[in-house]
Amino acid sequence: MHILLKASAAAALLAATAACASRPPPVADPVTPPPVQETVTGTETVVTEPVQQSSITPGSLEDFRVNVGERVYFDLDQYRLDSDDQEILKRQAAWLNAYPNVRVLVAGNADERGTREYNLALGERRASAAKDYLVSLGVSASRIDTVSYGKERPIAGGSNEQSWAMNRNAWTQIVSGATS
Amino acid sequence: MLKRLMPLLAVILLAVGLAGTASAQLQVRVDEGIFKPTPIAIPDFQVTGTNTQLARQIAEVVRSDLASTGLFDMQNPASFIQRDLSINAEPRFADWKIIRTDALVVGAFEELPDGKLAVSFRLWDVYGGELMRINGEPGRRLTTTPENWRRIAHKIADSIYTRLTGEDPYFDTRIVYIAETGPKTERVKRLAIMDSDGANQQYLTSGRSTVLTPRFSPSSQEITYMSFEGGRPRVYLFNIETGRQELLGNFPGMTFAPRFGTDGQSVLLSQAQRGNTDIYIMNLRTRESRRLTDHPAIDTSPSMSPDGKSVVFNSDRGGTPQLYIMNTDGSQRACPSGGRDTACRITFGRGRYSTPVWSPRGDLIAFTKQEGGKFYIGVIGIDGKGERLLSESYLDEGPDWSPNGRVIVFFRESRPGAGPQLWSVDLSGRNERRVMTQTDASDPAWSPILQ
Repeated sequence: MHILLKASAAAALLAATAACASRPPPVADPVTPPPVQETVTGTETVVTEPVQQSSITPGSLEDFRVNVGERVYFDLDQYRLDSDDQEILKRQAAWLNAYPNVRVLVAGNADERGTREYNLALGERRASAAKDYLVSLGVSASRIDTVSYGKERPIAGGSNEQSWAMNRNAWTQIVSGATS
Repeated sequence: MLKRLMPLLAVILLAVGLAGTASAQLQVRVDEGIFKPTPIAIPDFQVTGTNTQLARQIAEVVRSDLASTGLFDMQNPASFIQRDLSINAEPRFADWKIIRTDALVVGAFEELPDGKLAVSFRLWDVYGGELMRINGEPGRRLTTTPENWRRIAHKIADSIYTRLTGEDPYFDTRIVYIAETGPKTERVKRLAIMDSDGANQQYLTSGRSTVLTPRFSPSSQEITYMSFEGGRPRVYLFNIETGRQELLGNFPGMTFAPRFGTDGQSVLLSQAQRGNTDIYIMNLRTRESRRLTDHPAIDTSPSMSPDGKSVVFNSDRGGTPQLYIMNTDGSQRACPSGGRDTACRITFGRGRYSTPVWSPRGDLIAFTKQEGGKFYIGVIGIDGKGERLLSESYLDEGPDWSPNGRVIVFFRESRPGAGPQLWSVDLSGRNERRVMTQTDASDPAWSPILQ
């Protein structure tokens, strides 16, 4: 089960990487792998059941990652939250309000096409924008820490528009309080 | 030894002194439009003792330092005619004119009874046919322990460079930088230090925490830098001699972009709180901090003028990152573009400007410029005039000045996906060259001249 979950998360990340033009879609919707059909003996067909969404424990790290979405993405040099970002943050806020013991760290990130110190400041702006939005939706500010990694911790290692778009993000990470 | 030499030298000096007082001595120009490197010959030193190899290595470092400036044409020892040079005697100038060298360095290496070593040298103006005095002396003699031999070499090179160019020295210095290893998404970044020529590389931190942007104190063996120690990005002080690390200040938000004030008694830095970054100055004795900017825009990368009165910084208050100058005391100043303000914008060219660093001479500011998919290192006058771009690549970033203000060191990713490496370029824009490091490297910062 654990391996399957990882695989589905990886598939979602891959999908996000492949689909994005200037702005990658967030890893958000419940991902259900399609059925795999295998011909075993040439006469019989074995149908593997799809992974059920219910297999994810509510309130768990996986639940947040797969069913809510961890990241919002920004346009070049921007820290404004558009409607897509707001949707994800609304889901995050609803989830955090449902699991009041969870604490999070919002990390702001920038792409590599800027200088180090300016990008640290820009990442902090992005993390703060996401935090402020969560707070406006009723999540206590004391449950949300922020940090900026500037351009130091890219999630995509490429040097191209797709990677840069992936790396301009605010990433909500659960620090404690999730259901195991 | 110098004392023993004095009578002989006095004779020589008297002889050449009478003939050559009025003549202009050899002078290497650093700013000429049409540039021709000055030919210089540095034969191996005469050796008293057995360590011929060390003597040869010292001469080699002297040659390498001087050649690295791009100002000198180092003559091939195989072409030398006079093989019986002595530090106690005048060279046969005719032999050196034949190979067309302008300057000649004659050195002597000794092993001393206490285990130390000493190197003496003299500098001769071949065409002028005379000794070039160094700090008023007919030559110099330097003594140290054998482990420290490279510093003797750097000091000799500094003396020759300064005597011939009129510029302050910079070889006997160190460069601190960030050593980078591992894949881009899991990069390990360590504080590292080396001699200005890339020798004696050492790591100062383990790599457990990401560290960035080290800067040397202008007055002590201290570095200020930013570390993610404990998961929080904050500014620290690091003492190179003791290895002691100390958190700087008690700021509630993240602190970054540190740089020492000119006198070494303060540190300028940025603090980001609730999405807004402003600039502060902390007095290192009282540990009191004062806010220098209060603006909803990003204000970062502060660097103080040599007279301590002004600070240049990076702000996006105009919509894009640009360079601004303010008074350190917060008062209004007359802006070069007209009017008075607490911060005057000095960059108006196309593109984004960041990482300003004030020249030790006071007249120029080095910066990183980003425009049209490329990055440049450039300099601009403090009045915003005379912008010159010195380098260009896929990513050139983070300039810092040699202590004499002649050379700029920076880091470069030459193409997409290439790791960063250290480079230097002369203020004239000539002589761009790689500074070798064992690993990928970024954020170089130059030390003051060692004492």
